[in-house]
Amino acid sequence: MSTETARGKVSLAGASLAAGRPGLAARLSRDNRTGWAFAAPFLVFFTLFLVWPIVHGFYLSFTGQTLTGAGGELVGLANYTEAFQDPVMWRSLGNTALFTVLSTIPLVLVALVLALLVDLGIPGQWLWRLSFFMPFLLASTVVALFWTWLYNPQLGLINAMLEPFGVEPIAWLQDERWAMLAVTATTLWWTVGFNFLLYLAALQNIPEQQFEAAAIDGAGRWRQLFSITIPQLGPTTALIVILQIIASLKVFDQFYMMTQGGPNGTTRPIVQYMFETGFTGYRFGYSSAISYIFFAVIVIISLVQIRLTSRRSV
Amino acid sequence: MSTDTLTTGPGAPAGAGSTPPPTYRTPRRRLSAGRVGALLALVVLAVTWLLPFAWAVVTSLKSEASAGATPVSWIPADGFQLDAFTSVLSEGNIPRWTFNSILTAVAITAITVIISALAGYAFSRLDFRGRRWLFALIIASIVVPPQVLIVPLFYQMLALNMVDTYWGIILPQVIAPAMVFILKKFFDQIPVELEDAARMDGASRMRVFTSIVVPLSQPILAAVSIFVFIGAWNNFLWPFIVTNDSSLMTLPVGLQTVKSAYGVQYAQNMASALLAAAPLIIVFLFFQRQIIKGIATTGFGGK
Repeated sequence: MSTETARGKVSLAGASLAAGRPGLAARLSRDNRTGWAFAAPFLVFFTLFLVWPIVHGFYLSFTGQTLTGAGGELVGLANYTEAFQDPVMWRSLGNTALFTVLSTIPLVLVALVLALLVDLGIPGQWLWRLSFFMPFLLASTVVALFWTWLYNPQLGLINAMLEPFGVEPIAWLQDERWAMLAVTATTLWWTVGFNFLLYLAALQNIPEQQFEAAAIDGAGRWRQLFSITIPQLGPTTALIVILQIIASLKVFDQFYMMTQGGPNGTTRPIVQYMFETGFTGYRFGYSSAISYIFFAVIVIISLVQIRLTSRRSV
Repeated sequence: MSTDTLTTGPGAPAGAGSTPPPTYRTPRRRLSAGRVGALLALVVLAVTWLLPFAWAVVTSLKSEASAGATPVSWIPADGFQLDAFTSVLSEGNIPRWTFNSILTAVAITAITVIISALAGYAFSRLDFRGRRWLFALIIASIVVPPQVLIVPLFYQMLALNMVDTYWGIILPQVIAPAMVFILKKFFDQIPVELEDAARMDGASRMRVFTSIVVPLSQPILAAVSIFVFIGAWNNFLWPFIVTNDSSLMTLPVGLQTVKSAYGVQYAQNMASALLAAAPLIIVFLFFQRQIIKGIATTGFGGK
């Protein structure tokens, strides 16, 4: 890698010296140098901050490395055997899986409904888009501050709004029965605008003639919705589902900030456990092993999804 | 919404006897039961989505005493005031964190767009050795969750002496394989003839790139920039790990420390949150159309 990037740098100077009208062979070799020169800046960072950390992290997962530098020796598969027997690891993985299922379904369906409603062309387009997309522009910290306050058991707006219906105050983020659902609801509010925009863009790309043809054939609006619009959105839905599952699996911020993984670890996602073993427990080796188990899960799910979607399109 | 209201012709003048074939897309001016229903649904949903903002604004304009008072009320007994904002701005680090966020997000966006565009162009147009497998490697790396890298990356930062520096925040965030892919796809569609003419006149590749390709690619470059900027502005985990020094923190990280420091000062919490949210929302209000388009075009490659 390093020789390649060095060559790229050299050719940056060389490329400007090249002149005249070269033959094919010369042109190819010039393309070769220029190509490396153009790709070099990206490749340098790519190697330093992505390829190397992946390799190094994999190595670390076989060591007892700690933050203090001690324990750097190889320990074989000890971290992995420990992780597979670690109930907290399994529980965190389970929490992440549960959150992924609970969040993906409404994040796709609500996005679709919002996009279909806005696409009807009701006046106030900018207002609708602004309302549903604005939360996506917020940092997770801001979202957590807003919603921790809304969920406050004594002073929160949500309990205050439920009170007239005779609902006793609920400790949304402290009660095991509610914490996961509460953070999922917050996530829906926060990120549905992104999927909504993707659906809206896809809706606007459906050819008008299809609806006209269907209308001539006597298809009503609802009929058109289910026999044209939704099928036409198929590829978009497949992509949104894939992106959403991957995004949900990576969840960390909102749980870390709103519940700190509690109560009793019922909302601690796997990324938080990775973070805690690494940066609170200072066990870099063990944290790396958990990272790689998580990475393997992501890769397997991605491959399965690619398989499923490519088969569908064949 | 009943079926028959949905099938009535939209574009036809009200009361016309024979309506032309109805189309789904055309904005309908006439008020039908279906449209009223849809409008009501939209109003309810929009109000729900805006409610957390409204509650944050109202809380931030209360005194701490009335923010923490029961029963919960939209109108404070002692009136609205700006105390929470003035104390947050005078005591806290928010201006500094805003500066840090702007600096790092702008740097990340600039570097990402430049190196990704150069690489995307190389993969699109220049037949260099190793191009295929390198591109395959970059595409494959899209699946790597950044969270997996935090421990080895932190090591890397220790080795490079970049912990608690701006570079430590910026550099690991400039690699966006998905953006290289998106830009390559876009460059692929630019007709080669446009570049060939300039090349005949002896222009170098770099010249062709900056004077022909970049101007033609402005929409996609803008889209990628917007996407990267929003991500960088809001990123929490990496800056949180790499900064301990409060004066180097970005807004999301700094706010997390404020939350614990202010504890039960609800009005100040909401004032800080709103101050942190304001810059991006203001930018969005000005460039709504471009941002929505940018998200829609890059969305599938990113996230």
